[in-house]
Amino acid sequence: MDAISNSASRTALLEASGVSKSYGARIGCIDVSVTVGAGEVLGVVGESGSGKSTLMKCLSGQIVPDKGAVIYRGNDRKPVDVFSLSEMERRRLRRTDWGFVHQNPLDGLHINVSAGGNVGEALMSRGVRNYGSIRASAQDWLERLEIDPSRVDDRARSFSGGMLQRLQVARNLVAAPRLVFMDEPTGGLDASVQARLLDVLRTLVRELAVAVIIVTHDLAVVRLLADRLIVMHRGRVIEEGLTDQVLDDPHEPYTQLLVSSVLQI
Amino acid sequence: MSVQLHAEGLSKTFTLHTQGGARLPVFENIGLTVHAGECVCLDGPSGSGKSTLLRSLYANYKPQAGAVHIRHDGEMIDMVVAPPWKIVEIRRRTIGYVSQFLRVIPRISTLNIVVEPAVANGRKIDDAYASARRLLERLDIPERLWSLAPATFSGGEQQRVNIARGFVFDYPILLLDEPTASLDAGNKKTVVSLIAAAKARGAAIVGIFHDAEMREAVGDRIVEMNFSAGRIAATRATIRNDVALSRRSAPTC
Repeated sequence: MDAISNSASRTALLEASGVSKSYGARIGCIDVSVTVGAGEVLGVVGESGSGKSTLMKCLSGQIVPDKGAVIYRGNDRKPVDVFSLSEMERRRLRRTDWGFVHQNPLDGLHINVSAGGNVGEALMSRGVRNYGSIRASAQDWLERLEIDPSRVDDRARSFSGGMLQRLQVARNLVAAPRLVFMDEPTGGLDASVQARLLDVLRTLVRELAVAVIIVTHDLAVVRLLADRLIVMHRGRVIEEGLTDQVLDDPHEPYTQLLVSSVLQI
Repeated sequence: MSVQLHAEGLSKTFTLHTQGGARLPVFENIGLTVHAGECVCLDGPSGSGKSTLLRSLYANYKPQAGAVHIRHDGEMIDMVVAPPWKIVEIRRRTIGYVSQFLRVIPRISTLNIVVEPAVANGRKIDDAYASARRLLERLDIPERLWSLAPATFSGGEQQRVNIARGFVFDYPILLLDEPTASLDAGNKKTVVSLIAAAKARGAAIVGIFHDAEMREAVGDRIVEMNFSAGRIAATRATIRNDVALSRRSAPTC
């Protein structure tokens, strides 16, 4: 019921070891080992080009790393090496256990489909067939994301940026994933719209005890959402720890620079 | 009474890489023991490392050396080396921390900020809210403010919200960093009685209080922290344990 209490799990839900990926001479990430527990929110911070997005794509099985392994322990399921699965098995894992919130909501939504259709499709892909219950769930989830449920039949393209992002979150959470990957989810939003999304995310993540890996360059976002942080610089993890430890007592030169560069308002 | 907190050999130096690698030694090889039912006050001039020690006890700062043993579920656990999930659990159930600044979360109401630790610890929702309301009342936060996010509250009001949050759950250990810095006399009295009640139920408390009056009202022992000429005066004498306030009876150890 509370993400914090559930982060107290000892076994890792996802465990990456020695993950490296380069694009020719350009380095993506180097020798990254990281774990996420059930219900734990892990923040990944660093400047653009530090390898955060590459790492995220490796962890979520979207790109195959040059080296290293990613082990996932699903519900009553044996640990699986994500990259030893066939493409089809990997796709099924993504559909049944994982969610993805993209920075650009258009990457995660069908813009010409209704809000209810976007949310309901996630349920149907998990085998729910009763139209009435799908529609009711969709409306319920729109409401939980503070979208007027009377807009269930409106096409996604009629929504504002902040609403689209919340719709994308609804589409992800309706399917009760165990792990959600979020890539700069507040990236393109105004500050006030961001605050609303963050608040809704914070509440839901705790309520649902879903594990989250969130990539962002915004330290205020991780301060609010993440239990634990890793800091990336030039493809490597240079510092990690509880969020407040890393932000209040950073040890590495780059982390200190990152923290001290945040403007006070 | 049983030892709830036992720190030993703690050393903390900050290295500021963004400022030419300047090194700021704060303390070296210090220790502190706190028993159930007692309140230890840290004293010393500004910059002597009181807050740094308190934050190190909470594992918010990472000391270079030493251990912070915390009694958690009847077991002594070292916060310096405990895994993150364990620290999160200890902070939720065993150690409460009240600073002088409230970390405001956008759009979360005052009442919900205060009730959170009680709910997170599995208190029944109704009971939890009843406790939260009682504390806000005692701390003089007008009821019309309870449904508002405290972002626009005055410093003193935010501080009182923070205190309510720290006392809504009966933490076995409480760390108080100047919780009364900008409170008026009446509210300080309330905090004194909250601390007294916490001690009576067996809480172990470490506090930093700006004014001597507060220290005398709640402290069973005063621990002096000295920091002279950028160096610790003497490792063992840095914290003079067991300097009991003459007016008070020393805790039974």
